[in-house]
Formats: sequence, structure tokens, C-alpha cells
Amino acid sequence: MKRHVIIGNGTAAVGCIEGIRSVSAEDTITVISKEPHAVYSRPLISYYLEGKTDTERMRYRDADFYEKNAVDVRYGASAEHIDTEHGEIVLTDGSRIPYDDVCVAAGSSPFVPPMEGLETVEKRFGFMTLDDALSLEKVLTKESRVLIVGAGLIGLKCAEGIHGRVGSITVCDLADRVLSSILDSECAAIVQKHLEANGISFLLSDSVAKFDGNTATMKSGASVAFDVLVLAVGVRANIGLLKEIGGTVNRGIVVDTAMATSVPGVYAAGDCAEGYDASLGANRVLAILPNAYLQGRTAGVNMAGGETAFTNGIPMNSIGFFGLHIMSAGTYDGEMSEERGDGILKRFFVKDDRLTGYILIGETGRAGIYTALVRERTPLSEIDFEAAKKIAGSAVFSAEVRRKKFGGAV
Amino acid sequence: MKRVYVNEEWCLGCHLCEYNCAWANSGVRFMTDALKGRKIFPRIHVEGDSKITFAVSCRHCEDPLCVKSCIAGAIRKEDGVVRINRDKCVGCLTCVLVCPYGALAPAEDGIMQKCELCLSNSFGEPACVKGCPNHAIVYEERGGAE
Ligand SMILES: Cc1cc2nc3c(=O)[nH]c(=O)nc-3n(C[C@H](O)[C@H](O)[C@H](O)COP(=O)(O)OP(=O)(O)OC[C@H]3O[C@@H](n4cnc5c(N)ncnc54)[C@H](O)[C@@H]3O)c2cc1C
Repeated sequence: MKRHVIIGNGTAAVGCIEGIRSVSAEDTITVISKEPHAVYSRPLISYYLEGKTDTERMRYRDADFYEKNAVDVRYGASAEHIDTEHGEIVLTDGSRIPYDDVCVAAGSSPFVPPMEGLETVEKRFGFMTLDDALSLEKVLTKESRVLIVGAGLIGLKCAEGIHGRVGSITVCDLADRVLSSILDSECAAIVQKHLEANGISFLLSDSVAKFDGNTATMKSGASVAFDVLVLAVGVRANIGLLKEIGGTVNRGIVVDTAMATSVPGVYAAGDCAEGYDASLGANRVLAILPNAYLQGRTAGVNMAGGETAFTNGIPMNSIGFFGLHIMSAGTYDGEMSEERGDGILKRFFVKDDRLTGYILIGETGRAGIYTALVRERTPLSEIDFEAAKKIAGSAVFSAEVRRKKFGGAV
Repeated sequence: MKRVYVNEEWCLGCHLCEYNCAWANSGVRFMTDALKGRKIFPRIHVEGDSKITFAVSCRHCEDPLCVKSCIAGAIRKEDGVVRINRDKCVGCLTCVLVCPYGALAPAEDGIMQKCELCLSNSFGEPACVKGCPNHAIVYEERGGAE
């Protein structure tokens, strides 16, 4: 019987718990949860504000999840140090939890660049946790003028979530376009136009020079009056626990395909980890929920004595704003080709007979077929790729491949 | 575990499976009341090109990516059947993003729905298969793990 400790209580932790229990019913599991909540669906905090879900339905797992899996959760506790010499996790309150192996599933933290006068802003919020959403909810009124710093996924999802509850929303970003980490200029322009049509204003290629109470003075000289400030500039992987003990870290905690770090007995998974990206052929932080689960599960199976590797992780996103759906996957490496239609733009990136990535706007049906081409590095010469670009479907595969897909247990 | 399998060479492309699916999941007693004059949102769909047609529905995979990827924890596998809790789903389409079979599509309200083999509607077994005039889809055991 082994003693497993998991630091963090998000999706990667759940993957780890379910991974451990798929191998061992006896091993003990202790979860150290900084947030005082049972695991919830973090990406749903914007949907909560939008009224599309509530805290009960936001449970990522059933209420009896920890009990059923015999997990001891320490709510409100925080791991401060991994004492590898004694095999103990030291908590901030000084108490110690012995471990045989540990999974760091500590996620990421909001990155707030130094901004002059930020402390003069009374109503300022991050948008990472359920508690962030609940406290933001308390101050919003139909008259609120909201300034969101950051036009990435989190900032824009926040904008959509609060849209029906506030007077106005302005989003600013240093980048020259929205969703700059996943969209090129033309795709970003389509999304921006759609958001503007829904009443969101933008100040791009611009950043806050100075805050003074309820006024932000921008680098461009523009002045924005606001009542509520949301900071969604970016996130950074929580790598401190590994860095401090000399573990290999980069942008994230570096892990191999078994999710083992450079420190024996220590695994890492989810937003804090830097694991293999099959579309890049190198390690990279993949800060998305599916990856957190899959990495966590891989770590759990290996911790409990099973043997598994996660070799086909890729970046991928499905996001919608006010009815417009956008999907993307992979890296955008190689030659680009596109398909256009009314309100539709699909871009495909091909290199060495492989689909390295894609962006879809407005038409996302059966996109998983494209995602699988990226993930599995399917040679495009084996399928009718020209037909596939027009419409995602399985007719583009050979009859033989289809027989396997739809005629056997998969 | 019985699943729905495709014999594409026998498929006529008649789309009856789609109508039977929409009817079976409507909860309405008569087919005409359920479907007539309506755009249908079935959980199986016929695909193909000029040469071949075939019906695609959830494979109830051994290792379902949709279950592991759902950002709402709304999809799970129970007794071999991949099911969705529509109360929890917010319609983000991440399951569409990851399903390699292209088997999932949202319902009329934008919230996801999926084939659950008609096990919990009044049909009790896949209505698509039952109504297929040419055995182009069958419901049977073909081995493999759960
Ligand atoms: C608003 C928003 C929308 C998003 N939308 C999407 C989306 O649509 N699709 C998608 O794929 N992803 C989305 N994401 C990203 C997704 O939420 C993350 O990728 C996922 O939650 C990562 O899971 P994790 O378990 O690695 O980390 P987290 O969920 O961040 O969990 C880590 C936990 O560890 C805790 N912790 C940290 N340090 C310690 C410590 N020392 N001791 C104890 N506990 C600690 C933290 O408090 C946190 O609760 C979104 C994120 C946000 C904020």
C-alpha cells in the first residue's frame, strides 16, 4: 500500500485520483486544497455569471466523489514545501503529511504586471476562481462600467458572462488583436467585430499607463472611466514547489510522458506542468482542461504502479461568444489553405503531409475529425483531404479505415 | 456490451435512422406529432459522398475522450454507455472538438445531446437500428472491452 499526496484540487487532481483508483483500491490519497471548495468546473465561472449554471451544477464531480474514492481532502490548506529527504509535504501551517509519491497539480496564478496606481482602484478583481466570480457578482449593477484588462480567453469569457448584468464593458490589451494566442489577425478581426456588435468596446495595442481611482489613463493617451476593474492579463504556471527544491522547471514544471518530474517520487500535471505537445514535437504548457485531466490521470496510474504514457497531447480550444463558435488546435506551422463561406472561415496548416493545426470560425461541426488528424499525425495522402477541408466527415477515409472505426469496438 | 455497428455497403442513405432517433427521443407517442413540419435534431446522422453513405452515432468508446475533456464534468460512462447530463452542459462544444468520429452534435437549444442507445427512453433499444430497412446498422455484440 502506498501513500499518495496530491497538491491542488482541480481537474488534474481529479484525473490523478481516478487514475490511482483505476489501479489500486487500497492506496491512500490525501488532497491538499488551497481553495475551500470541492472540485468545480473552473471554466464555468463565466457561465455562472451569465446565469447558465449554478454552483450546484458546477460541481465537476458528484458530491460523494471524495468519499467514494476514499480521499482525505484538506480544505483551505496550502503546501509550502516538498521535503524529499523525509518524504513529507510541509503545509503553510507547519504540519506535515508523509508521502510515498506526490503529484503537483497546483495550476496557475494570475500574472499582474506592475501598473502605477493599481492600489487606488477600489473594485478590482481577478477572474480565475469561483470566489473571484462570486465577489465580482456582488458589486456588479446595471449601471456598472467595467474595464477588463486582457483580451485573451479569460478576459473575453468574463466579458460575455457579465454582459447582461452591467452598463458597459471595455476590454484593453497590449496585443493588436483579441485572442492573440490562438487566432491570427484576420480570424481575430471577425471575432472582435462580433463582440463589438454585442456591445463590447475594445482598446487594442494599448495598455494602462496609470490608474487613479476610477480612471485609467492609457499609454495612447486615452482615458477610460470605470467602476469595476477585472484583471485578466495572463497566467503563470505554479512552478515554485519544484523550483525551490532544484527540480527542472521552464515555463512549467518539466515532465516526461509518464508525468514524472526530474525529482524522484514527484509527478506534476495540468496547468502547472510542461509536458509533451505532439503537434509541436516538444514540451509546452498546455493550459486547457482536457490536458489537465489526461495528464493527471496518467500521473495517477503511474503513481499507483500501473504503466502508461501520455504522448498525444495538443493545444486545442472550443470557445463561443454570443453564439459564434470558434475552434482551434495544434500549432499553425506550414502552408495555410482556407475555406470560406457566409460567416465561415476555416484555416488549415499543413506541413510534411500532416495537418499541424487549424482554426475554424462559424462552422465547427464534427471538428473532432480534424483534431484527430492533428493528434494522430495522420498522413494526409491517405485521406481525401481536399474534401475534408470542405466538410468534416468520415467519407474522406478509406472504406478499410471506416470499417475499423464503425464496425469494431473502439 | 452491445453497440451499434455500421454495414455501409447496405446503407441506402434514406435517413430513416435520423427520423426514428428524433422520434424515440422526443417522448411523443406518435411519429407525425413528434416530427411533422419540424427541423429534426437526431443523435445519429447519415454522412457520405456520391459513392457511399453510412450512419454515424456514438461509438461508446472504451476510452472516451469526450468524458475526459468535458469542461463541465457533464459526460460520464456508466455500464458501458457514455451518457450526458444536459443540466450540467453549457454548450461549449469541447466534446465536438475532441470526438474523432464526429459523432456529436448539439440539440436545438445549443446544449449537447448524444446517443444513449435508447436505453432510457420508451424504446429500450436503439430505434435507429430497429427501423433500418436494410440492416445497414445493427445492434450486437462484437467483443472488445467495456
Ligand atoms: C475563466 C476561465 C475559463 C476557462 N475556459 C476554458 C475552456 O473553455 N476550455 C478549457 O479547456 N480550459 C479552460 N480554462 C482553463 C482550465 O480551467 C484549466 O486548464 C484547468 O482548470 C487546469 O486544471 P488544473 O487542475 O491543472 O489547475 P486548477 O484548476 O487551476 O487547480 C489547481 C488548484 O491548486 C490549488 N493550489 C495551488 N497551489 C497550491 C498549494 N501550494 N497547495 C494547495 N493547493 C494549491 C489552486 O488554488 C487551485 O485550486 C479556463 C480557465 C478560466 C479561469
